[in-house]
Amino acid sequence: MKIAITTSGDNLDAPVDPRFGRAKAFLVYDTDSAEWSLVDNAQNVNAAQGAGIQSATTVVNTGAEAVLTGNCGPRAFATLSAANVKIYSGAAGSVQEAIDKFKAGELKASGGSNVDAHFGMGM
Amino acid sequence: MKIAVASGKGGTGKTTVATSLALALEAAGTVEFFDCDVEEPNAHLFLNPDIEERTPVSLPVPVVDKEKCTHCGLCAKVCEFNAMAVIKDTVLVFPELCHGCTACWVLCPADAIGQEQREVGVAESGRAGTMAFHHGWLRIGEAMSPPLIRAVKAKAGNTDFAVYDAPPGTSCPVVETVRDVDAVVLVTEPTPFGLNDLVLAADMVAALGKLAGVVVNRAGIGDDEVTKFCAARNIPILLEIPFDRRIAEAYSRGEPLVTAFPDYRAKFEALGEAVQKIATVDTGC
Repeated sequence: MKIAITTSGDNLDAPVDPRFGRAKAFLVYDTDSAEWSLVDNAQNVNAAQGAGIQSATTVVNTGAEAVLTGNCGPRAFATLSAANVKIYSGAAGSVQEAIDKFKAGELKASGGSNVDAHFGMGM
Repeated sequence: MKIAVASGKGGTGKTTVATSLALALEAAGTVEFFDCDVEEPNAHLFLNPDIEERTPVSLPVPVVDKEKCTHCGLCAKVCEFNAMAVIKDTVLVFPELCHGCTACWVLCPADAIGQEQREVGVAESGRAGTMAFHHGWLRIGEAMSPPLIRAVKAKAGNTDFAVYDAPPGTSCPVVETVRDVDAVVLVTEPTPFGLNDLVLAADMVAALGKLAGVVVNRAGIGDDEVTKFCAARNIPILLEIPFDRRIAEAYSRGEPLVTAFPDYRAKFEALGEAVQKIATVDTGC
């Protein structure tokens, strides 16, 4: 299956981005084939509002079934949930480390957003 | 003539200056006062208006007819404010982000989008003595003030002068307040914070092509960086109000400056004349 990991870098050793809506990019990883691609999210980094919604739409369109992220805000969570995409907040370290934890079943799916709207703005 | 009193930094004295300016201008003609800080209106504490009219103000927000919707996604694409998302065969609407532009509604190819009204607040109008008075109360929990500010400003009658008491800051609510006025007066204080926000406000006013003069409130308590900035930018300092604890005491009692200190009335009349002069002379800003 495909999973999307937020990242502030551009490869598997890059750090997980603590933000979802304003994450710099999403690394979309296929857990079956170990192939991956980078989806840039620059247009949402400085969006005035609705960054979470836009990012969620982007992720859903990649075919990812789960998101690994540091944090996830309320509207992003609602949008991802509408597409049955599972959110795993609290991911940290490098993208590869997050993927390994996910595969080992060490990450717990979140029941809701864990930060307020606009958490990723100017903090 | 429409004059807005803005600042940048909150608490510099916009309402102090706006209310006294409005009272002083009554000597020169009929005056209408608009308290455009709909999140925290306070001018009524000084002008004591009798409110005669209350109008609820709402914004149209989209409602999607799920039967008619084809999930083409055009509404989400067209929405400038990301208030809609089309995820597979679900349409999500986020009414709190909607600015009521109605683009989605107008452009939906399946005619599947209707409107419902979202209340943003209440606009009130009345009279404070001989002065017409208008303000608004944003609904608690509401973030979108420009539509309510527009509704408050729309109550304008036909007076010689209209004074707009702007909200603090330099973003949407302030832009909405000052966008069609003839002159903007910026109130500041001679401190680093005052200067920082004055620079932002001056840039905002310059971008809108408005004329500006500055009133320095609490003059004498800080440094002269504000004076230097105004000189460098050719912005006239129209009035300086020295720091005086008694002014703060009168403010805390809800007394306009020119009422508590009649000597100030002449100064505010002069401020009014100076603003009018600048606004009518320099029209190519």
